[in-house]
Amino acid sequence: MSVRNSYIGQPIERTEDLRFLRGRGIYVADVNRPGQLYAVILRSSVAHGNIRSVDISRAMQLPGVRHVLVGADLGNAVPRIPLRLQPLPQLEPFHQPVLADGKVRYVGEPIAVVLADTPGIAEDALDLIDLDIETLPAITSREQAEAMPAVLFEDHGSNAAITWKAFKGDADAAFASADYTRRETFKIQRHAAMFMEPRGFVAEWNADAGKLTVWGAAKTAWYNRRVLATALGLDVDAVDLIEVDVGGGFGSRGEFYPEDYLIPAAAKFAGRPVKWTEDRREHMMTANHARDIECDVEIALSKDGRFLALRGQAWADIGAYIRTNGSVGPRNVAQYMSGPYTFEHIDLKTTMLTTNKTPSGTYRGPGRYETDFIRERMIDLAAKDLRIDRVELRRRNLVADAQMPYPLASITPYDSSTELDSGDYHAVFDLCMKEFDWAEKSKLSGRLIDGYYHGLAVGSFIEGGAAGPSEDARLVLEIDGALTVYLGSSSVGQGLETIMAQITADATELPFEKITVRHGSTSDVKNGYGAYHSRSTVMGGSAILLAAEKLKDSVRAAAALRFGCAVGDVTIDGEQVAHGGKTLPLAGLSDIPLEVEATFFNKKYTWAYGTQAAHIAVDPGTGHVKVIDYLSVEDVGRIINPSTLHGQAIGSIVQGLGGAFLEHLVYDENGQLLTGSFADYLMPTALDFPNIRSITLELKPCPNNPLGVKGAGEGGLIPVGGIMANAIADALSHLNVQPMELPLSPARIWQMAEDGAIQAVA
Amino acid sequence: MQIEFELNGATVGTSVEARTSLADCLRDNLGKTGTHLGCEHGVCGACTVLVNGEAVRACLMLAVQANGDKVVTVEGLSSDNLSPLQASFRKHHALQCGFCTPGFITTAHALLTAEPDADEERIRDVLSGNLCRCTGYVPIIEAVLDARKFYAVQKEKA
Repeated sequence: MSVRNSYIGQPIERTEDLRFLRGRGIYVADVNRPGQLYAVILRSSVAHGNIRSVDISRAMQLPGVRHVLVGADLGNAVPRIPLRLQPLPQLEPFHQPVLADGKVRYVGEPIAVVLADTPGIAEDALDLIDLDIETLPAITSREQAEAMPAVLFEDHGSNAAITWKAFKGDADAAFASADYTRRETFKIQRHAAMFMEPRGFVAEWNADAGKLTVWGAAKTAWYNRRVLATALGLDVDAVDLIEVDVGGGFGSRGEFYPEDYLIPAAAKFAGRPVKWTEDRREHMMTANHARDIECDVEIALSKDGRFLALRGQAWADIGAYIRTNGSVGPRNVAQYMSGPYTFEHIDLKTTMLTTNKTPSGTYRGPGRYETDFIRERMIDLAAKDLRIDRVELRRRNLVADAQMPYPLASITPYDSSTELDSGDYHAVFDLCMKEFDWAEKSKLSGRLIDGYYHGLAVGSFIEGGAAGPSEDARLVLEIDGALTVYLGSSSVGQGLETIMAQITADATELPFEKITVRHGSTSDVKNGYGAYHSRSTVMGGSAILLAAEKLKDSVRAAAALRFGCAVGDVTIDGEQVAHGGKTLPLAGLSDIPLEVEATFFNKKYTWAYGTQAAHIAVDPGTGHVKVIDYLSVEDVGRIINPSTLHGQAIGSIVQGLGGAFLEHLVYDENGQLLTGSFADYLMPTALDFPNIRSITLELKPCPNNPLGVKGAGEGGLIPVGGIMANAIADALSHLNVQPMELPLSPARIWQMAEDGAIQAVA
Repeated sequence: MQIEFELNGATVGTSVEARTSLADCLRDNLGKTGTHLGCEHGVCGACTVLVNGEAVRACLMLAVQANGDKVVTVEGLSSDNLSPLQASFRKHHALQCGFCTPGFITTAHALLTAEPDADEERIRDVLSGNLCRCTGYVPIIEAVLDARKFYAVQKEKA
């Protein structure tokens, strides 16, 4: 009888935890190579300026300093970092050089690299580099980027890079004939992923073998290997990027940053291993920022509350350069504004503006967090104007099961067509309302209890995932019967090893304990795309299914040789093969490891979706908000490990609350980043948001992959900003408080309440 | 400067610069890489170790200050098997990327050793000194609450 594993769907305790809990994880700062030098990077302290000179002579005299690399050491042309996603030719003028190329455009831009015997000496040497910069006016806002004569890129002549246009139907006609329209302006602040482990690299050049090895890769190792090899003039096969344990990603880690080139290049230049680990202040001014969107948006409805059309213009402040995935957020703001609702007419634009701030990129739920804030606010405003219950208004306009697959707006200039794949949006919405007990709780709307005004809100969201193009899996059945899984999917700390072992165990019917998952070394499989866009489980997991079928064929072929029978006459029964009453164990079945490789290709997105509801209380005297209850209900198609999924859902919501209330990267008018430490970049702590609940469902399996899974993990965060703003508006409705800007800091809420109270008296 | 202290039960000696932090000394000189550096300005708590039984930020303490002290890192809290607190973290899925985890384990261990009856509010208050970006803290609090019984038994024995 066949052994049927059912690890999928079980809350299996994670294999990773056995090392993490005992301090045995190996993160990049734990990697050391014999004879390594330490790199420290001289960064611009000026937001905008022309470099007149960089004098390293005093620094070079400091004992222990081995080299100071400046632009000239990189040859005539300083390498520029290409775009990984939406690589449009018209964006090439905005690509970042790995070292400032005559001009600095943000505080933190790399200018030189010091290599020394200890990190302390390298840091001391920074003070001895004499830098002369002619300061230029800094551009730090949308108004300045549009109106100031100063530009970041003189050849381009404008600070506007490109404009994304999302379109569907005929929005102008719909607006012309609509019963109701409303236009509002919104702002979402600049904040960032801020994972806990700082970035770092250890690079080693083996001159004899002509081979470069780099530890510290994350997320997109194969892509980064190609970029690095090209920039260094090496064959791709001469470069190996190795992913060790990774302390969180959330969209921003693992993109190709200047340091991804500088540290390996320094190792090659010096002929010795080089190690670099950033500090937190350095992280804040160098790793990708995110959000930072302003938007004028207009909504049209019929008088009976049918959504008709959206149109408007958004401006994305992308900072000084367009980085590898910097278009994703701005594009998504245009394309995904409609969310899980039926809008037949859309005309939305997002213009990407360069400013003298740190370049931006993706952060969990890119563009979706922003659009949900804008859209869900507009829905509550429309509901109030039309005197339609806000719950009922949402119900009326959610995409129905029968409408699937439902196309989202088309987009130019880089076609990223997608459609909502499947889902019962109404069922999830209704379940959320029921589990939250909206009917009872909504009686508290606007009520003052013990000095706090109570407010509620609900919002729905879609979570895109798993955009292809492919993923590889290689399975090796070792001679002793153990199975090793090699993957192109990467781990950023989400539990990949456990989840992939669960999928493998079910697909091969081998015991979970016999399976080892290896990921993230560019030598392990031919190609990989890694971990972004909630794709690891969907893409890597599906590749495992394909490979498992091939492995069974190999096992049958090996067994047929041993049994002396036809391949088709062999049956596999867990760890045994059988034929005609005889059995053999897999261990020792073959003299060589049985090895198979498979690639899963996919062009279609998965769209997980859900509804969240919140009950809050606002102290009008301080502007402080207590989250009394927060519930998220999400359908992800199929659940591999409910424990890891639930963990990501809760963690994601709390990140969303951080973005809604606390986190803000603040610049002054000179382009200086004022938030340089965790003392002023506030993140949620254990005290802030204790009452978070999450329900995850398997209602509608995804039709686009053999596992039926949808990418999940970002969803929790997506609607949080909108829901918090609507809940505050509900709580302070007697003062007509209408938040149009994030973060909802105590000072901002207090000021809105004050302004409302003054107007109420007047 | 030459210093000597007790690390996870064994006496160790090493040479450090006056400016070397305890965290760097533990990691670079003594190979205890379970002590993590997330911010190096005392806010994130990932580098928390026990010094004479107290939870201390190893990034804010100089190595020379530890001379003669008893220092315990996350590596010293268990041997081959997970400790009850570590097992509780695993059971409740109280970690994802695992980077902040050693700091939470050492902080919670210090708290529960002194106060095995700490209630949820007290646990949240103490752990609010450590940042976690992955979990949203809910499962961490559950794990620490669940581990209290083992510490209560230990305290009774003592």
